[in-house]
Amino acid sequence: MNLTQLSAFETAQKIRSGEVKAIEIVQSALAQIKKVDGVSGSLEPGLLSPEEEKKVHAFIQLTEDLAIRQAEKVDWMIANGEEPGLLAGVPLSVKDIFCVEGTNTTAASKIIANFVPPYTATAVERLTAAGALVLGKVNLDEFTFGSSNESSAFQPATNNPWQTEYVPGGSSGGSAASVAAQEVALSLGTDTGGSIRQPAAFCGVVGMKPSYGRVSRLGLIAFASSLDCPGPVARDVRDAALMLQVMAGNDPKDSTSSTKPVDNYLAALEQDVKGLRIGLSPDYEALYYPDMESGELYSQPIQKEVHDAVLQAAEWLAKAGAEIIENVPLPNTRYGIPTYFVISRVEAASNLHRFDGVKYGYRTPEDVGDLIELYRRSRAEGFGLEPKLRILMGMYVSAAEHASAYYQKALKVRSMIRNDFDQVFDPHGEHQLDALLTPTTATTAFKRKAVYGNSVLMQYSDQMTVTSNHAGVPALTLPGGLDENGLPIGIQLIGNDFREDMILRIGNAYEQITADEAWRKVRPQVLQGEVIA
Amino acid sequence: MTTKRISTELFEKLVSLAALELTAEESAYLFEEMNHQLTSVEALSKIPLPEGTQPSLHGLDCLGSAPRLDEWQPFPNPKVIIALAPETENDMIVVPDVKGAK
Repeated sequence: MNLTQLSAFETAQKIRSGEVKAIEIVQSALAQIKKVDGVSGSLEPGLLSPEEEKKVHAFIQLTEDLAIRQAEKVDWMIANGEEPGLLAGVPLSVKDIFCVEGTNTTAASKIIANFVPPYTATAVERLTAAGALVLGKVNLDEFTFGSSNESSAFQPATNNPWQTEYVPGGSSGGSAASVAAQEVALSLGTDTGGSIRQPAAFCGVVGMKPSYGRVSRLGLIAFASSLDCPGPVARDVRDAALMLQVMAGNDPKDSTSSTKPVDNYLAALEQDVKGLRIGLSPDYEALYYPDMESGELYSQPIQKEVHDAVLQAAEWLAKAGAEIIENVPLPNTRYGIPTYFVISRVEAASNLHRFDGVKYGYRTPEDVGDLIELYRRSRAEGFGLEPKLRILMGMYVSAAEHASAYYQKALKVRSMIRNDFDQVFDPHGEHQLDALLTPTTATTAFKRKAVYGNSVLMQYSDQMTVTSNHAGVPALTLPGGLDENGLPIGIQLIGNDFREDMILRIGNAYEQITADEAWRKVRPQVLQGEVIA
Repeated sequence: MTTKRISTELFEKLVSLAALELTAEESAYLFEEMNHQLTSVEALSKIPLPEGTQPSLHGLDCLGSAPRLDEWQPFPNPKVIIALAPETENDMIVVPDVKGAK
């Protein structure tokens, strides 16, 4: 039996029944990491051999000792008849933006490369309390600022396990890649504008951005505090539901975490889609990109195969009994990225002011004249280009003389985006939707270096995902097929506030309907040659 | 070629206010990219807002916990936090003087 092929659900079952020991899970995961991952991301990477170019490079840091200690605890609990938790013995990777006590927590940045937090993020604590085994910290765009993983200060950046010359997406690229390459069954990511869903789509796995406030942000190094959402990355919907079940719920230490009771997500999977109203919107059929002279937005159709995958999914769901509602208007979708350029940068600039070379993290080794020079030199040497750009942009658009035109306006456009969703999910409105079905991304994965450096084009890869962050609603990406190059296509389900149960239910039904499709049998490049159990 | 939406002088002022220093190469790249992003942001100025549209600080008004009481709670091991600082002396964080301070 190849233990790395097991889902999280199956793993926990086998651990509970005593068929497999948690320590065996750790050993098999470490063996898989050794086989496919290659050298870990580093501040001083050196040249890569051609063989290393074909590795995944998802991990920045392996936490083998921690995983072994956790596995021994799970095995001890099983042996002594104690309840080991819903995720007993499930191998987990953690995006290196979450504090885990005793491990380096780098945010993929030189400026806190040596930071060892004195506490553990609530989401990680809940996962490990439920028996999950932390195998390591995975790579990301620096401070989560990007959509390809290439901006990480820890190189080599993660590659896409399906074809390693392509990016895994970002910023949770290490999370998505580590799950796709069967290094772990689950990964903890974050989604601020699409940072779980875009890489999950690019890597052919399931990813969910829960409702804002559903999962605690305590211990998450903040990017944009009004948008950040921790969430699961998994290989199927049931595993995503299981992981969310464990993490969700109020945390008194995060005042923005909701006190709303958590639904039973696993029970929701038992239900079918008969009678559910699922919407298709023409506003998710094109990318609206600005002309660099005039600023006017012009539209460009999304990749045809992606569009076709959405229509095919709608047809399948209709056959299963769902009612497909076409031409659902979400007219402000096109303003999602310009709005994000303002709101996320203002919040990022604010959050990044704390990194100053004084309290923790990097301090310039130069002999500086005074405190201000210490700040400048430390930040100049510690931050990469993307954080610097976001700080400058955020300061500009929130400056007193520009705030009305930019920041205040963006906050009002956010209200309009929110109103789009209120209208379509209104139970007494015209559409009365249970969910929206859209593409997750306008295209499949792009090649390394194809977009990196063009900060506007890179940001537009989040156009289909970012409006959910503005509105705070939950969204789920699912594998929806492969394009002509064999790269995964992602389809997205967007739900009403705190209706994670609904989109997981529809996603699970879609998985069952498509279980025998030929594309479900195709494996990522790094797994080819492996016998399927 | 992108229309320049901010001047180089303003850009340099921002760099200073942000407590950053840039190489010439970084400066050229970031100036260009910032102008690109501002061109994208320009789309916002063309959006007609319905009368009475209010700004949203959060998309979703979730009801979180009530703020905790403003009471001091000791951290179990403050030395761990102090030890994270790049330079310390007698459990105090050491920084250079502020210019002009006595």
